[in-house]
Amino acid sequence: MKDDYILNINNLKVSIDDKQVLQGIDLDVKKGEVHAIMGPNGSGKSTLAYSLMGHPSYELDSGEIELDSESIVDLEPHEKAQKGLFLAFQYPMEIPGLQMESFLRSAVSSIKGSEETKDVFEFHRKVLKEMKYLGIDESFADRYVNDGFSGGEKKRAEVLQMLLLQPKLAVMDETDSGLDIDAIKVVAKGVNRLKEKGMSILIITHYQRILDYIHPDRVSVLSGGKILKTAGPELAKELEKTGYKDFVPKKSSLDVKF
Amino acid sequence: MSKEDKFSQDFSEFDSYQFGHHDKVKHIASTGKGISKDVVTKISELKNEPGWMTDIRLKAYEVFEKKPMPSWGPDLREIKFEDFTYFIRSTEKESDQWDDMPKEILETFDKLGIPEAEKKFLAGASAQYESEAVYHKLNEELGKEGVVFLTMDQAVKDEPDLVKKYFGSVIPASDNKFSALNTAVWSGGSFIYVPPGVEVNTPLQTYFRINEEEFGQFERTLIIADKGAKVVYNEGCSAPKWAKSSLHAAVVELVALEDSRIDYQTIQNWYKNIYNLVTKRAKAEKNATVTWLDINVGSRITIKYPSVMMMGEGARGEVQSIAFANEDQLQDSGAKMIHGAPNTTSVVTSKSISKGTGRSSYRGLIKVLKGAKNSSCRVECDALLINEESRTDTYPVMDIAEDETQIAHEASVSKVNEDQIFYLQSRGIPEIEAMKMVVNGFLEPMVKKLPLEYSVEFQRLVELELEGSVG
Ligand SMILES: Nc1ncnc2c1ncn2[C@@H]1O[C@H](COP(=O)(O)OP(=O)(O)OP(=O)(O)O)[C@@H](O)[C@H]1O
Ligand SMILES: [Mg+2]
Repeated sequence: MKDDYILNINNLKVSIDDKQVLQGIDLDVKKGEVHAIMGPNGSGKSTLAYSLMGHPSYELDSGEIELDSESIVDLEPHEKAQKGLFLAFQYPMEIPGLQMESFLRSAVSSIKGSEETKDVFEFHRKVLKEMKYLGIDESFADRYVNDGFSGGEKKRAEVLQMLLLQPKLAVMDETDSGLDIDAIKVVAKGVNRLKEKGMSILIITHYQRILDYIHPDRVSVLSGGKILKTAGPELAKELEKTGYKDFVPKKSSLDVKF
Repeated sequence: MSKEDKFSQDFSEFDSYQFGHHDKVKHIASTGKGISKDVVTKISELKNEPGWMTDIRLKAYEVFEKKPMPSWGPDLREIKFEDFTYFIRSTEKESDQWDDMPKEILETFDKLGIPEAEKKFLAGASAQYESEAVYHKLNEELGKEGVVFLTMDQAVKDEPDLVKKYFGSVIPASDNKFSALNTAVWSGGSFIYVPPGVEVNTPLQTYFRINEEEFGQFERTLIIADKGAKVVYNEGCSAPKWAKSSLHAAVVELVALEDSRIDYQTIQNWYKNIYNLVTKRAKAEKNATVTWLDINVGSRITIKYPSVMMMGEGARGEVQSIAFANEDQLQDSGAKMIHGAPNTTSVVTSKSISKGTGRSSYRGLIKVLKGAKNSSCRVECDALLINEESRTDTYPVMDIAEDETQIAHEASVSKVNEDQIFYLQSRGIPEIEAMKMVVNGFLEPMVKKLPLEYSVEFQRLVELELEGSVG
């Protein structure tokens, strides 16, 4: 049944600067499912994540993307977010001068409605509570968004946003990279908390480690802009041992030479 | 409605300038279009001025005729002096009652929030409409303490000694073509004298409104803080959305005697076709402090470099300027700091934003005279570009004749980054709001230091300027 799926991607082709990076992606995520994507550097994982969210530099050549059975290709990024799509960035942006809490307030009221943030003190308490949960120091509420944050601090801040926004589908682009082992556990605990409430997850990673805590239902290999294999959780463990040598794209227009 | 009225009205629907309405009011007196020696004499006559002021005007007019247009910065050849009307009187006389002015004018000042501001946080308020004040009032308590707050026109009559002593003492008519023009045809502006030791901590304010098109507003302001005195002065302005340009060429002189302090705060919010060519300079004596806060939004061309001449030991000068150059606008702003005595300190902070084809420049002069030992100056200017075609330039000039000085200069240029906007959008925030957040972020370090009523007003203005910048 179509309504069983939160995300449906059909034959998605995406170019950057006239170079086609995604060459026909077919991928889906069931409601409540964790779908992991693994693949070599430069294979197009972040491109896929950005394309889902609608980054303006990524040209959609063809294909269809449906969120909860509804096409989202013509929506603005903020509209997708309002429909419950969330992207935890591989490289979160720094916004100097914009205070974290005021940013969070704008984000929450844009996505969940202004009722949610009407009581400033209540909202402040909620932010502090989630920060504490994720091991983020209180002082970060007053700091500028990602400005001068360490790699790991940025990743935690992404998860903080996820916890406050409670999306239907979270796309996590290497949220584990740069996190120490304790942080991975905390982050996974937060993500699982949302998962229990029904959130679906598309998790991009290079490592089995995070998948020990956020258990994938399926694992897909993305290489050379295509999904080459989809299987159960055992695939991630296999890849950890063998690497991607079996997944060299057959025909690729990517002019990457090693 | 005339064709031109119609045109400016149609046109007005496409921009977000919020004070662009125009009042239909009768003129009590006007010198008609153009400038000549006769016009200068006529203005003096209409004001019933003493002969010494008429002489100052006529001499300045000669200087104006001889002086070339400023050769630096923006090209001013498009200004046609013969097109402007140099003097318009809108009410018989100024009043200390808002109700005395024509209803339409009062409604305009109401829209601008002036009477309300006066009630809330001003110790004195003046409202100038075209060439002269239509309202002027000082808090009685301050009057009893000897504080003088008059229109400049009235000061010529009531305080001739102070005016003779200080008028033109900081900015001579010959300083530049526009200071000469102002000295010749000046009308309106404020005169403030604060006696020794008296502190005026609640601001005095004058609001300048242009109503006609092709009009020239030439207010003249002189503030004297006597020994140990303190005064905070606010200035604001706006003009209707006309198809044709007007000229605003003010001269502001500040005299800060020993141990005194003057804080001068300006928000200029002109419609986009005003030429705003203003000379502002202060003289600070021993241990005196002068700060200029200068916010410029709108206008076709703004040229303005608030200056502090630190002539007494230990004097301090500060300029904080913020400029927003929107489509087709030039904001040529900056500061001049003259260190003329030992142990003088100055700080210049400038932030500019350029949008579309808008262009902002920072032009600064730091001059340290021989003997001004142990002086220090810190300059920081940051520019933000909103679009690919936006431009900014920095022209710092340093003229240091004394070795024992500390000078620091920092400049930065950044561009609003597509990825920052995308990041905010991915959190449900629409593009235009995202743009406002990034721009406000750029201004934040400065805005958080502004007086509250200014920071709120300024953020609102910036947001209006940004409307329509995406899409
Ligand atoms: N803005 C861009 N301009 C030009 N090329 C780009 C741009 N973004 C991505 N690419 C190219 O597209 C290809 C895919 O990049 P992408 O970031 O999607 O890889 P990835 O799978 O996420 O890699 P990693 O594992 O290193 O994060 C790479 O060859 C990359 O250089
Ligand atoms: Mg990536």
